[in-house]
Amino acid sequence: MLQYLVKRLLGLIPTLLLVGVLVFLFVHLLPGDPARLAAGPEATAETVALVRQDLGLDKPLPQQFVRFALGALHGDFGRSVRTKRPVSIEIAERFWPTFWLTVAAMAWSVTLGMAIGVASAVWRNQWPDRLGMTLAVSGISFPAFALGMVLMQIFSVQLGWLPTVGADTWRHYILPSLTLGAAVAAIMARFTRSSFVDILKEDYVRTARAKGLAESIVVLKHGLRNALIPVVTMMGLQFGFLLGGSIVVEVVFNWPGMGRLLVDAVDMRDYPVIQGLVLLFSLEFVLINLIVDVLYAVINPAIRYR
Amino acid sequence: MSAATAAAVDLPPEVRTPWTEFRRKFKKQRVAVVAGCFVLLLVALAIAAPWIVPYDAENFFDYDKLNAPPSLAHWFGVDPLGRDIFSRILMGARISLTAGFVSVAAGAVVGTALGLVAGYYEGLWDRVIMRVCDVLFAFPGILLAIGIVAILGGGMVNVIIAVAIFSIPTFARLVRGNTLALKHLTFVEAARSIGASDWTIVTRHIFPGTIPAVVVYFSLRVGTSIITAASLSFIGMGAQPPTPEWGAMLNEARADMMTSPHVALFPSLAIFLTVLAFNLLGDGLRDALDPKLERQ
Repeated sequence: MLQYLVKRLLGLIPTLLLVGVLVFLFVHLLPGDPARLAAGPEATAETVALVRQDLGLDKPLPQQFVRFALGALHGDFGRSVRTKRPVSIEIAERFWPTFWLTVAAMAWSVTLGMAIGVASAVWRNQWPDRLGMTLAVSGISFPAFALGMVLMQIFSVQLGWLPTVGADTWRHYILPSLTLGAAVAAIMARFTRSSFVDILKEDYVRTARAKGLAESIVVLKHGLRNALIPVVTMMGLQFGFLLGGSIVVEVVFNWPGMGRLLVDAVDMRDYPVIQGLVLLFSLEFVLINLIVDVLYAVINPAIRYR
Repeated sequence: MSAATAAAVDLPPEVRTPWTEFRRKFKKQRVAVVAGCFVLLLVALAIAAPWIVPYDAENFFDYDKLNAPPSLAHWFGVDPLGRDIFSRILMGARISLTAGFVSVAAGAVVGTALGLVAGYYEGLWDRVIMRVCDVLFAFPGILLAIGIVAILGGGMVNVIIAVAIFSIPTFARLVRGNTLALKHLTFVEAARSIGASDWTIVTRHIFPGTIPAVVVYFSLRVGTSIITAASLSFIGMGAQPPTPEWGAMLNEARADMMTSPHVALFPSLAIFLTVLAFNLLGDGLRDALDPKLERQ
């Protein structure tokens, strides 16, 4: 197990390095002079030259990359062009609202999605299946920002039950996490259904039924446990989807998270913040995929020895 | 599947080509047939839009009817600037469908080519291509698009490029997997043994076998891409006002949600129904083309 973990961790290094290079090159791909961008539009030629020297932009590219990579490893991404505060602080302030929003969305959507998927597979081609799958295909077809606006209109504006914007209490989390999780719940439902349908055809399920076990035990104990393997993988992939989705949902609900920060940073051409956020988002995504792979190996020992 | 080109020839009904077989199975998917017809209707409306819209989508302003609800003169009502929402939705269909089709088509062509090369030659090419795909996969889709838009600047063309780029790795992986499975089959072996070139083997024998998977994925992906493009416009990085892009229209409608929800309702419905049609069509195609694909 340890050997597998080490192998997987080492395998991440080339990917992360390439991601780092891409994010680093990002600044150099931006139209315009990065030193000019950092110094601001009203800076004199001397100031720009000073800033260029200060940021090390006058050095050769490989040297600049080493500087960037070392800084990034220490959590130093430079200063925000807009607020002049360190990027790490800007991001740290916004990290937890996004984190909890993602976790809340993940928790309800996976639970509900799997429940719908199992129910649809068990009552295949009957009304629970048709209802569940209609809901699911609608869920993947309804864009998150439109859903957010509809929910806000109904529950905050018309009924006045829930707050519209901000992230202060648990009540603030209800609508954004519903919005963010809807598509994931739909994808999980569809995916769970199809893997469950396959599993219910397996010999060991027939054996379990043949020895007279109650249908609920067959489904929950023999079926669900085996269905979990592909479902866990799918869950990991959905986490990445949630990270991306949070960007749009945070704009709708004016959520003080990293997604909102990214959109503002792109608007303001605040490239150190963009750089830091993109790197953090992809790091999270890669780590989650790693955790999923490890979980996968825990559930299914055959993977470890491949 | 290698006889897929026989589709154009009119064969007697008892001969079962992959194409007739597909038509027979697809007709059973009634929901998908309806969805397919809806997609065709949308495409027709989008093409005809400039000639059939009742009002100019960008430059007609009815100042007496600001925020007016749906009526006979304005089927979907009037927006806060006095523009006819029905006309804007129709013109928006052109933008969204173009964005969906073009970006996925570009991603599918490049991804399929890369997947064929990676799967057929394996070795160094395979490692390089799959490593690049891994890196592209290391960014959640919309984040990659935002990064690309930040470099290239906003606007619909750049959004299409961005969506195309993040469609590439999924198609590459899909086609690579299919190619790996197909290249050891007997008919490929046979082609090689009579001295067919790599080019002939890949284009005539392996590529047709990957078509079903690509077609299914294409349809499902168009829906996702339409949502992504609309999302980017919604957060202000895609189409800019006054362009009647559905996501941009929703963003503009946010300010008046309280007083005139119909301004937001119709663009939402337009995106939902379009994407739903593509998803239902994709599901039907999948069931008709290959039941084994259901697991992917």
